[in-house]
Amino acid sequence: MSASLTLVIVMAVMYAAGVYVMLERSLTRVLIGFLLVGNATNLLIFLMSGRPGTSPIVTGTSADAAMVDPVPQVLMLTAIVINFGITALILALIYRSWWLARLGDEGDTVTDEHAAETVESTEESFRSVSEDEAASQEDLDASERGTETGPDQQHQHQQGGEGGETAGAPGTGMTL
Amino acid sequence: MNLLVPLVVTIPLLGSALTLALGRRRPLQIVVSVLALTLVAVIGAVLLVQIDQTGPAVVQVGGWAAPWGIVLVVDRLAAIMLLVSALMLLGVLLFAVGQGIVDGDRETPVSIFHPTYLVLAAGLFNAFIAGDLFNLYVGFEMLLSASYVLLTLGGTGARIRVGVTYIVVSLVSSILFLSAIALIYGATGTVTMALIADRVADLPPDVQLILNLLLLLAFCVKAAVFPLSFWLPDSYPTAPAPVTAVFAGLLTKVGIYAIIRTQTLLFPESPLSVPLMVVAFLTMTVGILGALAQADIKRMLSFTLVSHIGYMIFGIAMGTPLAITATIFYVVHHITVQTTLFLCAGLIERVGGTTSLARLGGLLKAAPFVAFLFFVGALNLGGIPPFSGFLGKIALFQAGAEIAEPVTYVLMGAGAATSLLTLYALARVWNIAFWRGEGEVEDYESPMLDALLEDPDDEGAVTTRTISPLMTGATTALLLLTVSLTVFAGPIFALTARAAADIETPATYIDAVFPNGTP
Repeated sequence: MSASLTLVIVMAVMYAAGVYVMLERSLTRVLIGFLLVGNATNLLIFLMSGRPGTSPIVTGTSADAAMVDPVPQVLMLTAIVINFGITALILALIYRSWWLARLGDEGDTVTDEHAAETVESTEESFRSVSEDEAASQEDLDASERGTETGPDQQHQHQQGGEGGETAGAPGTGMTL
Repeated sequence: MNLLVPLVVTIPLLGSALTLALGRRRPLQIVVSVLALTLVAVIGAVLLVQIDQTGPAVVQVGGWAAPWGIVLVVDRLAAIMLLVSALMLLGVLLFAVGQGIVDGDRETPVSIFHPTYLVLAAGLFNAFIAGDLFNLYVGFEMLLSASYVLLTLGGTGARIRVGVTYIVVSLVSSILFLSAIALIYGATGTVTMALIADRVADLPPDVQLILNLLLLLAFCVKAAVFPLSFWLPDSYPTAPAPVTAVFAGLLTKVGIYAIIRTQTLLFPESPLSVPLMVVAFLTMTVGILGALAQADIKRMLSFTLVSHIGYMIFGIAMGTPLAITATIFYVVHHITVQTTLFLCAGLIERVGGTTSLARLGGLLKAAPFVAFLFFVGALNLGGIPPFSGFLGKIALFQAGAEIAEPVTYVLMGAGAATSLLTLYALARVWNIAFWRGEGEVEDYESPMLDALLEDPDDEGAVTTRTISPLMTGATTALLLLTVSLTVFAGPIFALTARAAADIETPATYIDAVFPNGTP
């Protein structure tokens, strides 16, 4: 079996750099190290297909003899997909540990900085909805039994709307 | 019959997708996951009975013949592992459901628990039925990815911290495994295990040794063999109780399963018997000495877990038919008993509010049934006759006496000592947590316990919560399973002997995959 020397050197450098970076304390660097080592391993698998050749498509002609071994490419593809998924998971973990390190366990109960605006806008929307409802209710009541009960109904609707806002506010705190 | 083989992976995967879609309907989620695992357990039982009569079942996925396509192979060993792990997963799932019902599902984000748990199951089963190394790798990755999520469930500070250690260690071992696969492909031109077994003997001995060592290194990290076991006692105890139980029972045993395959099928002429015995000796003794020095029940159990892995490595290192028989029996025993004990620790945590020995007391009065469950499990793990722990160890020692070399006698001595020390560690838990009066906890002065209080995340006793009948029911069912291993030890031992006979002649496996001879 013969292999490309360039690829071997690239693989060795990636392994070395990856292992070195993985030994750092910072999680982000560990992730970068993992990516380097993972891709170095992919190169190792690739190297196992030996001499470069034509693309692995069976034509039934004499050109098939020069075909490159397709199996390592398939293995590599699967390994890349797995690495990708795990990288996403580690990124989530890094974000989570950064969040915990910055704010501690109380971080989960902190509302985000736009909380005030959000509360205001929901308050507004609730108010307009409850006003609409109150108005239509008033019309209905008026058509049925006169206008005495109108203001009371309106007041109740307002209260319901405010209750909804306060229940909605903690939901804006960030959780994973 | 062969159609059943792929189903053990596809059913949990489909169940996982379904439970994910049903994220907001917990009762339905529970029904789907219980149903999926029950189905797999039934399939496992059917496969075991069939294969025991007719020989290994081989499925060529997609209709592509062996060296080109993916083969799934279920021989007796794989079928035993399938059945036992499906039963364990089912029992622990019921325990988790019971816990969720009591807590009103507020404690953990259960909507992702079920899908992840089923992916873990699918990965586990995939690893057992894999007929080629790369599929084994995919199975490992599936179960490891799921375990990363389960270990960091809820994302609390403590879990994230240990989760990172666990993930980085697992990733390194996965990369070693993948590199080993690449090199094996380069050396033999295949990843199908049956074909590797056929071709590896033609390689130069030093190349064989390197490939063998690389694979062993990767699997020993997963199986928590000393000195590659440092990650385990730190990471397992922080997870929720049911998750710890599954990890302790099954995840390390997948590593053991892979080591059995490596040493018997791929490299039967391996010269690594004595080094493995040394490693087994160290795993046993260092593990159990660690267990003696723990003040937390879960941590103590994690250390006994590491220590008892040593017995299985000892059996694999001997490699005689009797030794392999005993190893398989011991694996089955250890999966069931360790899972049960971790579930007991979960129950203790519920009753006592903590698993720290410094604060537990009077549990015998508070929860007599939990005490009974723990007591039987502890006797079993400690190897008291007539329980299966004793039977497994005595079979291992018989195999050692058959070989009759100084090194096996040393290992037998270490095994007996480890067994006694296990009993000591468990008796200490019994004395302090169960026998000590509740009133004694406050004034109880023990310099040893004070010195051992090292758990940084110990938040003190939590309010005592109730146990649902489902939790005790699931634990009792698993305990009955461990006891039935004793009651039916004869037939089970005969079955593991037949499984070992299969393994001892790799030709059985190779012929099953290549009925017309190897290419």
